[in-house]
Amino acid sequence: MQFFGLACEFEPLETPLPIFRARVDAGQWLELARSIVEAQGQLVSLWGSDRRRAGASFEVAAAYRTADGLLCAELPLDPQRPVYPDIARFFAPANRMQRAARDLLGIQADGSADCRPWLRHDAWPADYFPLRHENTGQERFDLPTEHYPFVRVEGDGVHEIPVGPVHAGIIEPGHFRFSVVGEKVLRLEQRLGYTHKGIERRFIGMDVETGARLAGRVSGDSTVAYAWAYAMALESLAHQRIPERARWLRALLLERERVANHLGDLGALGNDAAFGFALTQFSLLREDWLRSNAEWFGHRLLMDRICPGGVERDLGDAARQALREQATAMRASLGELQRIFDDHAGMQDRLVTTGRISPTLAQQLGLTGLAARASGRTGDLRSDFAWPPYDSLDFKACSQHNGDVAARLNLRFAEVFESLRLIEALLQRLPEGQVRTPIDPPANAKGAGWVEGWRGEILVALETDEAGAIARCHCHDPSWQNWPVLEHAVIGNIVADFPLINKSFNLSYSGQDL
Amino acid sequence: MWQVLKKIAHTGIVTEAWPEPALEWRTEAQAIQADLLAILGRSLAIRMVDAGSCNGCELEINALNNPYYNIEGLGIKFVASPRHADMLLVTGPVSRHMEIALQRTYDATPAPKLVVAVGDCGCCGGLFGESYASCGKVSNVIPVDVSVPGCPPSPLDILRGILAAVRLPPPESRPRAAEVGP
Repeated sequence: MQFFGLACEFEPLETPLPIFRARVDAGQWLELARSIVEAQGQLVSLWGSDRRRAGASFEVAAAYRTADGLLCAELPLDPQRPVYPDIARFFAPANRMQRAARDLLGIQADGSADCRPWLRHDAWPADYFPLRHENTGQERFDLPTEHYPFVRVEGDGVHEIPVGPVHAGIIEPGHFRFSVVGEKVLRLEQRLGYTHKGIERRFIGMDVETGARLAGRVSGDSTVAYAWAYAMALESLAHQRIPERARWLRALLLERERVANHLGDLGALGNDAAFGFALTQFSLLREDWLRSNAEWFGHRLLMDRICPGGVERDLGDAARQALREQATAMRASLGELQRIFDDHAGMQDRLVTTGRISPTLAQQLGLTGLAARASGRTGDLRSDFAWPPYDSLDFKACSQHNGDVAARLNLRFAEVFESLRLIEALLQRLPEGQVRTPIDPPANAKGAGWVEGWRGEILVALETDEAGAIARCHCHDPSWQNWPVLEHAVIGNIVADFPLINKSFNLSYSGQDL
Repeated sequence: MWQVLKKIAHTGIVTEAWPEPALEWRTEAQAIQADLLAILGRSLAIRMVDAGSCNGCELEINALNNPYYNIEGLGIKFVASPRHADMLLVTGPVSRHMEIALQRTYDATPAPKLVVAVGDCGCCGGLFGESYASCGKVSNVIPVDVSVPGCPPSPLDILRGILAAVRLPPPESRPRAAEVGP
């Protein structure tokens, strides 16, 4: 299959959503990037692999989201001089991904303006690459702290506020450097990578069952989405289909994860606007929801519930009845709280126009997922490429236009209501049958999985080695795209509104640090 | 405002019974100062440090603040600075990039201090283990008093671990502070 008139053949993968991959040369690599910009497509992910053991070379891959599906371009690189044409000039989010690929594999974007390390701080030297096969990943280096050149803002009265990596609340670690005048933020620069724990190296050589558990721990709040994307990747490379009932139960788990996270965020957003009542009420609703997860699915956060070949357990009639009643009761509670939010002038005053990303900026910067839908975008894999069971649920993607904290909050309300509707439909029309089928992964095969998690699209690219174990597993979190946009969202706002703006995006550190 | 007050009255007090401390999770190196309770009374200030977790443990630690567990009612409060803390609640595995930050946070916490490692990764490195990027379990970096297993542990288990660290062991089995080391 060909796209954009490029002379390279794209091969479709056996995935529920349309995913195509092709081998390209350097010219086609650039031409594809250009064509995708023109077609208003987006970069989903960029990563590198070491294929020298399979008699090949290093390789860089880029996955793009287009109207036709996901296009993955794979470019083999010269093993002596592994460089590839820079695409950060077309896609802003590529900057950090290219820097990460250099830190982990030593492949370089030719012509890139930003040569600073990204995931590498000082745990390993600049000439050590954990994803290269000659290294075991068990090496340990003790190096002095390296200086990281933040961009400096100069002028009368400008000063810097450094925050983190240890943050003042119960949240993940990262460093924020604010340049401010008085209370006003002129610039925010992030430095992440603090939770980098070598996940991609850890995958190499792992059996595919353990790999499923590891994928479910890339970002704990999105464990269902990662587990599904991983399982989808494994099932696609094995050319195997899973039972219909398992697909429906997977969607049920994914929507329950979305609801749990949105409930937590709605309470936290109220709290950050000094409305403690909201935190109390929403944390109660969330706790009820998680307890019911534990009761009927066996895990509060639903970890390891989706497994290769299906789901971990079936759902009985009593469970279906209880979960439907819970969804109905939740809708009533939410409606009541939404009215209280809407009527609270003091709270609305904090939310409206705060941390605004216009629809144009969202498109330019490649904003994705929930945050993009709050800035006038409508992209949602569940409707754009409705895969089973979403193709039979009449799902409607939610969208807001203002792009401010209020829009991201209101979008969460809308999405929870839609998820509750989906949950009721899934429970009501759950097909009969098995919930798991054995998966036998073939050697030297490639697959991919693509799922709309609560934060945005999660991509897992998986390859097996000659023994059927994992040769490479790349997990992509939408936070890669959205962290840089947060730097724009705070410009011109006051420092005290940063927690509110940050929470309205609620991005993953672990998911992007890997 | 009437709606808010009505909702608060309608919700009522939902706090549930607190669990027994999980004394069996104490590690041998537990350094409980004999006079901790005498100094602090029943109040305990905790500084939470994510030293590289997947965020699962943080979600469950956050849940401790919901009204069902109501840990502030027990006299336990999460604080924003290690200078104000009696206890560090640490999740892991400790990434190499967080090693210095964790060590500095520990050093900045005034003695006597307690450390509770939360989750399988904090207890033993979990699925991530030790590597070029990970130091593994928390006790590889700072001394740990109590390790709470689970992936992630439930809020009740985390609370049992916190209580186990605070509750003094019988005097004859209590290690002297000088014996405790990393």
